[in-house]
Amino acid sequence: MHSALNKNGDIVVPRESSLVWHDIPDEEFEKLDQSAKQSEVVLRKSKSYWQDAWSRFRKDPLAMAGLVVIVVITLAAIFGPIFSSYSYEDQNIANQNQSPSLEHWFGTDKFGRDIFVRTLYGARISLTIGFVAAGINLVIGVIYGGISGYFGGKIDMIMMRFVDILYGVPDLLYIILLMMFLGNTLESILIALSLTYWIGTARMVRSQVITLKFQEYTLAAKAIGSSNLRILFKHLIPNSMGPIIVTVTFLVPSAIFSEAFLSFLGIGIQVPMASWGTLVNDAIPSLFTQPYQMLFPAIAISITMFALNFIGDGLRDALDPRLKK
Amino acid sequence: MHLLQVQNLRTTFRIDAGQVQAVRGISFYVKKGESLGIVGESGSGKSVSMLSIMKLLPQNAELQADHVQFNGQDLNQIDQKEMRKMLGSEIGMIFQDPMSSLNPLLTIGDQIVEPIRIHQKISKEAARKKAIDILRIVEIPSPEKRLKQYPHEFSGGMRQRVMIAIAISCNPKLLIADEPTTALDVTIQAQILDLMHDLKNKMQTSIVMITHDLGVIANMCNRVLVMYGGTIVEEGTIREIFYQPKHPYTWGLIKSIPTVSTGKREKLIPIPGSPPDLIAPPKGCPFTARCEYAMKICEKIPPQQITLSETHRAACWLMHPKASGVAKEVTV
Repeated sequence: MHSALNKNGDIVVPRESSLVWHDIPDEEFEKLDQSAKQSEVVLRKSKSYWQDAWSRFRKDPLAMAGLVVIVVITLAAIFGPIFSSYSYEDQNIANQNQSPSLEHWFGTDKFGRDIFVRTLYGARISLTIGFVAAGINLVIGVIYGGISGYFGGKIDMIMMRFVDILYGVPDLLYIILLMMFLGNTLESILIALSLTYWIGTARMVRSQVITLKFQEYTLAAKAIGSSNLRILFKHLIPNSMGPIIVTVTFLVPSAIFSEAFLSFLGIGIQVPMASWGTLVNDAIPSLFTQPYQMLFPAIAISITMFALNFIGDGLRDALDPRLKK
Repeated sequence: MHLLQVQNLRTTFRIDAGQVQAVRGISFYVKKGESLGIVGESGSGKSVSMLSIMKLLPQNAELQADHVQFNGQDLNQIDQKEMRKMLGSEIGMIFQDPMSSLNPLLTIGDQIVEPIRIHQKISKEAARKKAIDILRIVEIPSPEKRLKQYPHEFSGGMRQRVMIAIAISCNPKLLIADEPTTALDVTIQAQILDLMHDLKNKMQTSIVMITHDLGVIANMCNRVLVMYGGTIVEEGTIREIFYQPKHPYTWGLIKSIPTVSTGKREKLIPIPGSPPDLIAPPKGCPFTARCEYAMKICEKIPPQQITLSETHRAACWLMHPKASGVAKEVTV
C-alpha cells in the first residue's frame, strides 16, 4: 500500500512511481482559502541595534576578557578594602618594607602600610577618575559637537574656533596651574581633565552629525514637524552613538593614565591617599631594594589599560555595522 | 478658495559657482480632494517647489513668493516654528526612498507614534493604539507585532507603507508624495499606488504627486503640471494633457512612453539634449535648445502662459497666430 501522505500529513513527493502521483487525495487540489494563506509571517525575533552589537561583542574573546577583568577590578576596588584588616593609611613601623607574604599579599611600604590594600584604594581613585572624566567628557562633547554640527554656519564656525584655541594650549601647562590653584584633590584632577578632554569627542560628534543631518530620515523627521533639538537628540545623536561610545571607552584609560602621570610627577593625589600613580611614585627610592613595591601598582595600571583598550577595540568592531555578518 | 494657492514662487540656491535658479516664478493651485501630478525630468524644480512651500530647504536656499496660501493661512507670513506645527499634521510628506527615510534605530511603532505625539496631546498608550489602526489602514499584516520591529526587518514595499502611515497619521489635508514608487519594483509600485488611491478617496486628502512617470500620473491624478527648467510649461487636466498637449516638451514626454499594445516594434523616441543650466538660465524659453520646432523668437523672449480652457494653460510661442504651420500638434 502506497500512500502519498506520510505520518505528519505532508505530501511525499513522488519520484518514480506514477501510482503514488495518482494517490494524492482529491481534497489536496481544492482551492486554498485566501485567509488561510500565510503572508509575511514574522519568523525571527526582532533584534535592536544594541542587542545585535552585544551579540557581536560577546563573540570577541579579548574584549570579553577585558570586560571580565574590569568588572573584577571594580568589584575588588569597591568591596576589597572592607574585608581587609588593614587600612590604606595605618602605619606600622614594625612591618616596614616587608616582602610579599600571606600576611601582606603585595608586601608593605616604608611606613609598613599594606600595599595590597593601598593598590585596591588606588583602583578606587583611578577607576573613579577614569569613568567620571569620560562621563563628563561624553556629556560636554556630545552636546557641544552636536549643536555645532547640526546648526552649522556661523554657530559652527565660532564654536569650532573656540575649540581650536583650547586645543592649542598645552594641557600640562594649565593642568599644573589649575592643580596649584585648586589644590591636589580628586575633584580638581577631574576638573582639570574635563576641561579639554571633550575636544576630541566634540569634533567626532560634530563630524557624525554633519554626515547624518543630510540623510533622508532627517528630512523626513523635519517633514513631520520635529523640532531641531528633537531631531538632534532623538535621531542624530543615537545614530552616532556607536563611534561616540568607542571614543569615550578609549578616554577612560587615557584619563587613568593622565592621573597616574600627574600623581607620578607629584602634582596629583597626595599621600596618605593612594592612586596607582602615587604608589609608583612612592616606590621610586626603593626601586632596587624593594622592586615589588613598584611592580604591583605598575601591573595594576598595565592590566587595566590593556583591558580597557581591548574593550574599546571590541566595541568598535561590534558597533560598526559594516562588519555585520 | 483652493486648499493650496501659490503665486510666482521663486527658489534660488547660493553655491560657489553662483545662484542656481531652481524654481523660476511658478504659480499653481491644489483643490480640496483632488490629486495633482507634477511631472518633469530631474532638476526641473518639482521637488524643490514643494519643499519650498513646506519651508524645508537647506540653509543656502532663498525663497520668494508673491503669495502662498494653504487652507486659508498665508504661509509667507508664518515663521518656521509655526510651520512646524502644520508639517506632519496638516501637510504630510512621502519620500522617494523608503530605505533611507526611516530612522534605522527606532522601531516602526516609535516612528509612527512620533508625529501623533508631537501634534496631538494624547497618551502614549492611545498613540500606540492609533498607530496600530493606521498600520491596518495601510494594510500591514499583524500590526501589533510589526509595531515592535525595526526598519531593516521590512521589505521596500512594506517600508513605503510605513512611510505612508507616518504621513497620514494625523489626517493631513495635503499629502505630498515625492516619487513614492520610484525606488520600488513594479508589482509593489502598483500596490502602493492602489493604496494611495484608496486613501485619497477614503480620507478626502488632496495629493500632490511628484513623478517623472506619466503612467503614474494617468492612473492617479486629476490634473497635471508639466515642469521644465524651473518653470511650468503646461498645465491641464489628464484629458487635456494626454489628448490635446500644446507644448513640444509635453509631446516629447508622451512620445517617450513605451507601449507594448500596438504589436508593431516601434522605437522609443527620446528627447535629445539635456536640460538648461539653471545658474545662467536661457533668456527665452528654456526648452529652445532641445525643441525641434524652435523659432527665432523662442531664444529671445520667454513665452507667456496662454489660457486654453478653464483648466488648460501652456507657455509656448507655437500658439502665436503667426507661428501656425510651424508644427503639427501631436496627439496620442
